[in-house]
Amino acid sequence: MKDAPGTRDYDWWLLAIIAAICAIGVIEIYSATYGSSLAGMHMKQIRWLAVGFAAMFALSRLDYHLILDQAWLLYLVGVIALLAVLLVGHTRFGAKRWIPVLGEFLQVSELVKLIIIIWVARFFAEVRSDELSLQDLIKAGLFVGLPLGLILKQPDLGTALVLMPVLVVGAFLAGLQWKHALTIALIGILMLPIGWRVLKPYQKERVTSFLHPEQDAKGSGYQVLQSKIAVGSGGFWGKGFRNGSQNQLGYIPVRYSDFIMSAWAEEQGFKGVLVALGLYMALLLRLVQNAQRAKDRAGMFLVMGVAAALAFHVLVNVAMVIGAMPVTGIPLPLMSYGGSATLFVFLAIGLVMNVRLRRFVN
Amino acid sequence: MSYWFRNDNRLPQGRLAVASYIIVGMVGVILLGFWKLQVIDAEKYTSMALRNSVRSIPVIAPRGRMLDRDGRVLVDNHPSFSVLLLRDDPVLVDNNLPAIAEGLGLAVEDLKEQLGTTKNLPKFQPIIIKPEASQADIAFIESHRSDIPILEMISVSRRRYLSGGFLSHATGYVGEVSEQQIEASNGRFRPGDFAGKTGLEKQYNDVLMGTDGMRRVIVNSVGKEVGRLSTQEAIPGKQIQLTIDYDLQQMAEQSLGARPGAVVALDPRTGEVLAMVSRPTPDPNDFAVRIPQDVWRRLNEDPLRPLLNRAIQAQLAPGSVFKIITATAMLEDKVPPESFRAFCPGYGTFYGRQFKCWVYGKSSHGLVDLKKAIMESCDVFFYNVGMQLGIDRLSYYASKMGLGHKTGIDLPSEEPGLMPSQEWVQRVFHRKWYAGETISVSTGQGAVTATPLQLARTIGGIATGGIFKQPHLLKDPQNVGEDRFAISEPTVQKVTDAMYGVVNEGGTGASLKLAGIELSGKSGTAQVIGYATRERMGKQKKFEDNAWFVGYAPRRNPEIVVAVLVQESGKHGGEASGPVARDIIKMYYDKKAKKTEGQYTVDYQRYNFGNDAAPAAAKQPEPILKPERAAVVVPASATEQH
Repeated sequence: MKDAPGTRDYDWWLLAIIAAICAIGVIEIYSATYGSSLAGMHMKQIRWLAVGFAAMFALSRLDYHLILDQAWLLYLVGVIALLAVLLVGHTRFGAKRWIPVLGEFLQVSELVKLIIIIWVARFFAEVRSDELSLQDLIKAGLFVGLPLGLILKQPDLGTALVLMPVLVVGAFLAGLQWKHALTIALIGILMLPIGWRVLKPYQKERVTSFLHPEQDAKGSGYQVLQSKIAVGSGGFWGKGFRNGSQNQLGYIPVRYSDFIMSAWAEEQGFKGVLVALGLYMALLLRLVQNAQRAKDRAGMFLVMGVAAALAFHVLVNVAMVIGAMPVTGIPLPLMSYGGSATLFVFLAIGLVMNVRLRRFVN
Repeated sequence: MSYWFRNDNRLPQGRLAVASYIIVGMVGVILLGFWKLQVIDAEKYTSMALRNSVRSIPVIAPRGRMLDRDGRVLVDNHPSFSVLLLRDDPVLVDNNLPAIAEGLGLAVEDLKEQLGTTKNLPKFQPIIIKPEASQADIAFIESHRSDIPILEMISVSRRRYLSGGFLSHATGYVGEVSEQQIEASNGRFRPGDFAGKTGLEKQYNDVLMGTDGMRRVIVNSVGKEVGRLSTQEAIPGKQIQLTIDYDLQQMAEQSLGARPGAVVALDPRTGEVLAMVSRPTPDPNDFAVRIPQDVWRRLNEDPLRPLLNRAIQAQLAPGSVFKIITATAMLEDKVPPESFRAFCPGYGTFYGRQFKCWVYGKSSHGLVDLKKAIMESCDVFFYNVGMQLGIDRLSYYASKMGLGHKTGIDLPSEEPGLMPSQEWVQRVFHRKWYAGETISVSTGQGAVTATPLQLARTIGGIATGGIFKQPHLLKDPQNVGEDRFAISEPTVQKVTDAMYGVVNEGGTGASLKLAGIELSGKSGTAQVIGYATRERMGKQKKFEDNAWFVGYAPRRNPEIVVAVLVQESGKHGGEASGPVARDIIKMYYDKKAKKTEGQYTVDYQRYNFGNDAAPAAAKQPEPILKPERAAVVVPASATEQH
């Protein structure tokens, strides 16, 4: 096996898009935290980006087939880590999600997202038939369901939900049969009332306040309302850099992280949103293109797993910002401040680069 | 290791293409969402963002102070805080109402009611829900700035009156403007504003009230003020100087004590009101903050009617004080001639009915002339005079000299009293005048009623020779009205001689004699119930009499005239009311003597500061002494006098 692909094989377009999104993120973090007690946060974000960039390159050098070979081992490590978090994890903001690694707290679930992408790719790559059998579908569901349940238990609904599109997209590309899809959808709808009972009170509150925002003027309904006010008052042209009253006066909740799109939309207006969402669309389409040009099914699954996870992040986060979806605590990839989340995205992109670098290699 | 999947290149290109369409579609839908918010609804959200961060907080203009004639402060302000409720967001208001009510110790129902009555006003106008915030309230608001961001405090200047109801009926009080007032004010009043409700506070409200300013500030998400957009400064109200003399007022308050009644002291030369007291009195400081419902109800239901300013609103039979009018009419019209004498056996019979003299059953006056009749207040003499003059002449003179119509004092709600006439009974009762009624009226009984202020002005005007100045409380007003009714010099001479005799020559006010001061006057004792009431109720019920005394000095062209009413004292006028008039007039002369001797200047200059430039130390007059009557000793020998 010949290794060491050249630098010209990297997806420079993809890197350019990522760099642009990161730049927007850093600018808005700077603006959102300017003059507050969180000032200087953009520098920390830049450090995380640098670390992420390095991690991406490192991961892209290691042949993804070798990684896929260890999918089951990684899966086992992931599940054990999740159990460890539940047992000895560090509690912050009312949820057990963090374990200390190298002096920083890492969100294990971010890592698990990556592991599940790898595991799903390996699992479906091993399916030989063109059509996905029911047994395989159920098997995949159960294996994804275990870590998903553990993450729900932390509780971290947002991250847990990210695992779903990874599984769904994998199954779809592996030849999911329409009759199975319909059956599962039907069962899912019937199971909704049970799922409602499993939800934590604060999760229920988020859903009710999403459905009836006026009943909860100060809770998460208030957050969404303030976010909508920020976005709406930005208008087409925006209020200008560091000029958004909703942003600067702190009306937008966690404006440097989950609601960063709200701050961006207020200060840069619809034209800014057009730029940001245009970049995300370009990023996702570029990922699909890389999947289409992958050397084999395994690489294709890997890239599309990443694409599914990122698309889900973007969709749910931005929909939340404009009040079209309940608040779930899913950050906007590459723009929201956050170490673990940023690291996850770069490692995921690393996997994509990995596949791309090896498309001509035999 | 299984290498088989490495070369499995069956890529589902069709489904991958579907994935890219989904991505494009998804982004498109989200962009539509942003388009809706940022382009279609942009205006709505822009105004919401402004309401979020911009608050309009009123800056309350302090009301002007009231000073006495020497510049001593009678009514002042003190700083305090009011709690504002910001009503921009009705959802926030509804959700937080119970917490606010509990935190501020208010009733939720009251708050709701207040919100209901103000719901037609613009939402950006905050309403005052607690006019006087305590330390605990301030702490509550500060500590809940982030979770109850709809409370705000404003500093206001609260009215402060002298304690014990000092001068309270003249100053009146302020209160929250009613909804009707707000509507009628053309935007000048906002809910929660204070305006004069009675007395001088109402009369000169436009002068005293300043113009509130407005501060537009930027607040952050936890309600902290982070910037200021604009400030429209408040224009303070102007202060007014009154004709009231603090020293005389204090003496009047003390001397009348707690007895229900009234005192008015005038300078007849100018019409200046030197003192004005009415008892009982509420404490206007109670009204300076929102008055509790039960206190208000109690004040209104009190049978003694403490809210009534008796000095200008008590319309009572003037009793024997009216004899001065009858005497003046007699001398001017020479009906009967000046030499007229009447024999008083203690009663007189007119039109087949017996009318008693006040000495009936105890003694009689014998043969009396005009001077003796005034000095000893012989009723029978004036019955005869009245009968000969007739009601038309009496009514003409009384009206010309100030009865039956308002004096025009600069206070709201003055009552006109009543001077009956043939025309009046015809108009009101649709009957003819009974000749017998004239007999009662000639001694100030029957249908005739007057206020203390009217009697002071009338007696003062007669002693001045027929110049009746318009009474006023504002110092140096632009023009003072006056009614001139020429009374011939011999008439004035004779009437004032007789009134001098009342005090100084053994008349009904002999106990009031003061060394070196030509105190003159006339006492009166009148039945409480009015003419009409008595007709209705018959005579079966016993009422205590009202005691009157109108005193002045000197005997001609007086500098001061004091009318005193003590209600239902059970004593005669000279006995119950005379000492009050005497005390005030004595104080007037004592002060005058001090001033001419230069002793008064120290005191005077301490208070004689220019407008608004008052040093803080000079703002407070000396505390008011508790009303005491100990200083006034009534000799036993005078008690039977009338």
